[in-house]
Amino acid sequence: MSHRRPKNDRVLVVDDDASLAEMLTIVLEGEGFRTSVCHTGDAVMAAFEEFKPDVVLLDRMLPGLDGMEVCRRIREVSGVPIVMLTAKGETRDIVDGLDVGADDYLTKPFRNSELIARIRARLRRSDPLDTRIEFGGIVLDPQAHTVTRDGRPVSLTPLEFDLLACLISAPAQVFSREVLLQKVWGYHHPGDTKLVNVHMTRLRQKIEDDAENPSVIRTVRGVGYQAIDPASA
Amino acid sequence: MRRLVGLWRRSLRTRVVINTLLLSTAVILVVGWALLRDVADGLAENRRDAAIGEARAGLEQAQSQLDAAVDSEPTRQSQALTQLVDALAATRGENRSYELVLQGPLAEAGGAPVRASGNVGIDDVPADLVREVASEQGTFWTFSELSLFGAGDDIPVVTVGGRVTAPGSNDQYALYYVFSMADQQETLDLVRTASLAGGGVLLVMVTLVAGLVARQVVEPVRLARRIAERFAAGNLEQRMHVKGEDDIARLSTSFNQMAESLQSQIRRLENLSRLQQRFVSDVSHELRTPLTTVQMAGQVLYEARPHFDPQTARAAELLQTEVGRFEALLSDLLDLSRFDAGAATLELDPVDLATVALSAAQDEALSRAGIVGRARGVTEPAVVEADIRRVDRMVRNLIVNAARYSRSAQVDVIVTQADDRVSLAVRDHGIGMEPEVVRRVFDRFWRGDPARSQGGTGLGLAIAREDAALHGGTLEVWSRPGRGTEFVLTLPRVAGERVWSPVTKSVFA
Repeated sequence: MSHRRPKNDRVLVVDDDASLAEMLTIVLEGEGFRTSVCHTGDAVMAAFEEFKPDVVLLDRMLPGLDGMEVCRRIREVSGVPIVMLTAKGETRDIVDGLDVGADDYLTKPFRNSELIARIRARLRRSDPLDTRIEFGGIVLDPQAHTVTRDGRPVSLTPLEFDLLACLISAPAQVFSREVLLQKVWGYHHPGDTKLVNVHMTRLRQKIEDDAENPSVIRTVRGVGYQAIDPASA
Repeated sequence: MRRLVGLWRRSLRTRVVINTLLLSTAVILVVGWALLRDVADGLAENRRDAAIGEARAGLEQAQSQLDAAVDSEPTRQSQALTQLVDALAATRGENRSYELVLQGPLAEAGGAPVRASGNVGIDDVPADLVREVASEQGTFWTFSELSLFGAGDDIPVVTVGGRVTAPGSNDQYALYYVFSMADQQETLDLVRTASLAGGGVLLVMVTLVAGLVARQVVEPVRLARRIAERFAAGNLEQRMHVKGEDDIARLSTSFNQMAESLQSQIRRLENLSRLQQRFVSDVSHELRTPLTTVQMAGQVLYEARPHFDPQTARAAELLQTEVGRFEALLSDLLDLSRFDAGAATLELDPVDLATVALSAAQDEALSRAGIVGRARGVTEPAVVEADIRRVDRMVRNLIVNAARYSRSAQVDVIVTQADDRVSLAVRDHGIGMEPEVVRRVFDRFWRGDPARSQGGTGLGLAIAREDAALHGGTLEVWSRPGRGTEFVLTLPRVAGERVWSPVTKSVFA
């Protein structure tokens, strides 16, 4: 992993609470990010087009278009990392947020250091792999950052790309959810397995023929996941 | 057999029918026996009276015949008597109601000769009667009882005996009349058979009637049971049909009233619970957003404190720590409200309590307090189905408490396993607690030692106990002043399958 400071990275802060939004920009700018603030859900897409952020920090509860809908709309046009801010800390809300495309979430209240760590983790790319990987009909090209399945291009978010790359670069190796959190999300959430579960589901929907009966990424019950070449299995 | 016992225990109807059957049988047997007894006594008595009268008349006739054959020669006398017996036997033919046994002369040495009609002999005359007739003048009789259960080979008889005297030689002869009671026995047998048949029919009828009546009572009760079961299973709309004004109808009415009242209570509680959850969620959102801003601002100020004058710097420090405490308190309170509202949910995964114990023993909170942590029973995995966050929170809470309050040099984290559950004990060897303190450790906001409360919320153990209960497990405590304290967390292998006790008893218990 690289340790360069993302001096010029842009963070779009979407929060209806003016004080919190301002406080977020103070902390983020203190860490060298460039920020832009958006207070309502309706204005997000315009701000997104104009500001072209590297990360979006999105409150779950917004007046107008709510956080979930905003997240869905951003996902339609971009794979930009989205970190959801949730006030509830309720599992259901978190899973809903991840389902519509958020890469990660933060539960209020959070520490400044945690906020920064999560944003940096989303900006940090995994060490680029040198060579293309071909695996069970899937071709992953790290240089071009593209994935094809049986010749058809598959659109993955950067996070899904990293998750897939991590699994198929070591075929048959079983990765526990904890290890995946560390390798792909870049930091340790103690016991936070729903992040992995939700994204694994989304990844399977994109690359598997039948996401209910996955043939490429197998679940090893009670342990984690492994990539198996369907042709060799 | 077991099925029968099961039926007996479960079916009210079976029990009523069987009880009725048993009791009726007893009553019919007693009544039948008394009836037969009376009939038998009546029959026997009539026969006896008639027999004795007839025998007396016979004896007198024999004596007078003997007197008429006036001859002192013993052989002639004997002949006369034999003729008498033969005549009797001949005249009555097959219709005669008795047999005769003649014994005599009694004075003859070497046993008196015997003549008899039919195929009876002196052996058929009871010995007592023979003795009485021999010793005294007069008429004597004995009889055997009619048998209530059928005579078999021994036909009951009445035997009447008396003496006749030969006028010339004065020889004594014993004459016995043996009356058969075969007819009476036959009548009695008939009565018995009829009674038995009648009793049997009566029993069948009574049983059928009992079955019908029981069914009439039990059917509505069974219906009520089915409806109550459905109600208990959560179908709160279930009501019973009310028909008529009998006891069953009143039972139905009462049941319906109870159901109505329960349903409205449950609805009210559900509403309250919904309101409570809603409130919790609102408070959560409304409080957490400003709290986040305050915390972020506090952190910025805290990090900038080298640039402040000492008093402002201290204020920034206090702001930082107290906002942290506020946050912990809010988070704990929200957790408790979720438990109270029944809104707490588990995210279940296989959790190895041995691993949890190992890392708990190495917790920094212990080493910071100068306590040696030791894990025991951790060589093999102790996997339970649990919410790892809640497990971590519970164990961490116990470890932090031990670090803060025990003043122990060593803390043991001990894992013990059983088939259905695993216990994780956190045991210290420190100052321990008084019994009244032990009773209150799980109370909300209760602090054992206010002087030593270092920033805790006073809710940790209350939450830990709720967490354990949510898994279907238990959190228990034992303590002795001066010897230490042991908290034992016991979780079921399969979450939700209630456990009631730790795998092993505490050393303090």
